[in-house]
Amino acid sequence: MKDTLVLDKVEKRYGDFVALEPTDLTIGAGEFVTLLGPSGSGKTTVLMSIAGFVSPSRGRILLDDRDVTALPPERRNFGVVFQGYALFPHLTVFDNVAFPLRARGITGEAARSKILAALEMAKLQTFAHRYPRQLSGGQQQRVALARSLVFSPELLLLDEPLSALDRALRKEFQTEFKSIHREVGTTFIYVTHDQEEALTMSDRIVILDRGRILQIAPPSELYERPATEFVAGFLGKSNFLRGKIASAGRGQVELHMPGFASTAAENGIAPQLGASAVAALRPEKIRLAASANGTGGSPCQVRGRVSDVTYLGASVEVELKLEDGQPLLATVPAGQRSFVEGEEMVASWEPDAAILVRPSEASP
Amino acid sequence: MSAPAASSSGTERLYWLMMLAPCVLLALFYLAPVLNVLVLSFTVPRPGVANYAELVNNGAVQRVLWTTVRIGAITTVLALLIGYLVAYALLHCGPRERQVLLGIVVASFWISALIRAFAWVALLQSRGVVNSLLISAGVIDSPLSLVRNEFGVIVGMVHYMLPYAILPLYTSLRGIDDRLVPAARALGATPSQAFRWVFLPLSLPGLIGAGVIVMIFSLGFYITPAILGGGRTIMVAEFISVQISETLRWGLAAMLATVLLGTVLLLVMWLSRFMDVEQALRK
Repeated sequence: MKDTLVLDKVEKRYGDFVALEPTDLTIGAGEFVTLLGPSGSGKTTVLMSIAGFVSPSRGRILLDDRDVTALPPERRNFGVVFQGYALFPHLTVFDNVAFPLRARGITGEAARSKILAALEMAKLQTFAHRYPRQLSGGQQQRVALARSLVFSPELLLLDEPLSALDRALRKEFQTEFKSIHREVGTTFIYVTHDQEEALTMSDRIVILDRGRILQIAPPSELYERPATEFVAGFLGKSNFLRGKIASAGRGQVELHMPGFASTAAENGIAPQLGASAVAALRPEKIRLAASANGTGGSPCQVRGRVSDVTYLGASVEVELKLEDGQPLLATVPAGQRSFVEGEEMVASWEPDAAILVRPSEASP
Repeated sequence: MSAPAASSSGTERLYWLMMLAPCVLLALFYLAPVLNVLVLSFTVPRPGVANYAELVNNGAVQRVLWTTVRIGAITTVLALLIGYLVAYALLHCGPRERQVLLGIVVASFWISALIRAFAWVALLQSRGVVNSLLISAGVIDSPLSLVRNEFGVIVGMVHYMLPYAILPLYTSLRGIDDRLVPAARALGATPSQAFRWVFLPLSLPGLIGAGVIVMIFSLGFYITPAILGGGRTIMVAEFISVQISETLRWGLAAMLATVLLGTVLLLVMWLSRFMDVEQALRK
């Protein structure tokens, strides 16, 4: 397939320190893929290996079956948007955007029309003759984007491009990145530690932790069917039910916790009867009622006392303290009823709401 | 309400008092002699601008000034060239190497100009280390004249001025965002293009700043050219000294001193413009 990027067992070590375990990753042409993970997870190492600034200790990087592992950055023809933008302070916006064309020997009218098109795409026409220091953070971000797209790169690599902007601007750029991605059709590889950015923009998300890929999936699948406890906790909020497998079959298991029980989807994990297991349960899947009558007869329910209430506008986050002292977080629509700290409530959820995940300690 | 105001104005008065002492000291021992030199240049041996006319009429004075400017300029260019290389190396070497290199650079401040000048005479004279080595290696038959001429003066001055070039250059280069060169590479520039189009233009303010500092020092050099020039290559400071202590033409000496001071002041004013530019470039 054209413009497919393949990482074949790419590995990076600094002496004894493993920045990236042997990693396989295939990114299709035109995809918007986000590398998501906490700092030190190896996401930047992956991006910089693709860009050519980090040379892998082992493994190959292929573009269209062409080995680019040994190519210097300037011969890969990838666009890179750096954290902090790295605009050239001695050049105007126009000359910044002209830079990659100049490096490719494109000058004169051919360059001019490309530059003007890139500036228009980034809504920067009126700023062409300003210097970067005369621009706001958001405008600098647009220049960085225009500069790395003006030469029609085969890939666009973005390293936490929104981390320096305030919340409102971040939102705006998420929409804009998506529409620019649609417009230019280039493959976008985006690094962030912000789960919201990852969820809103990506075709697929790659979750990394401690130099390893934990899961690769589209946002909804990653959210609904997280493979590990880390993924479930990192992407959105989650409760973790820790208990023993009481029965298994037809893709479902029954999990016994001290004082209550719940069914959980097997999620590709082959559980053994009697073994300890962890199930993830999203707070918004939990209903709260004053008594067991209000639970709609679901077999998955547990009693607890309200220990904390956080009003979030559209919803209310209620933390229950279960009888064994474990907390349970529930997110319910606001305005249905009020919650008082210390009040006893029954939490219930549908039999398919909880899902088994690999516990963090045991992740390979 | 009024108590803190009163005490703050009291503190302010104390500050002024504390500043008064150094101001008086400077006025007495610095400003007064400088003004005296200015007055001397217009009054000795008789009132008028006769001393300044020597700038146009006196071939010896013109030769000395030209030598001074030429040696100053060559020293500046060489010190900047070598200094830039060292500063660049300082920026890109490991932390241990940097410590050692910086130590060597700073240590050279501790050795007096006199000792260094004599050391260079020992190295460069006809039977010195350099000539002996070259002759025994068969590169030359008779010793090269490396000292008591302009070459020797320039070697000594460049050596002396290097730390003054390296330290401000290193500070300035360190201020350049270290993501810019990788960004240039990612955008398709070769390492050499990235250097010429991004790093070098951004080091220009530092180069100009260091260059003006070196030039200002070089114009007033006395000991190094006096010893390494051996009386044949004479720069303005040595010439002034001769006018005062030997030929007793104080008026001419005062005029040259005033010209030198004026030139340096102009260079400093020019320098201050580039310091602002540097500030602006740092966002």
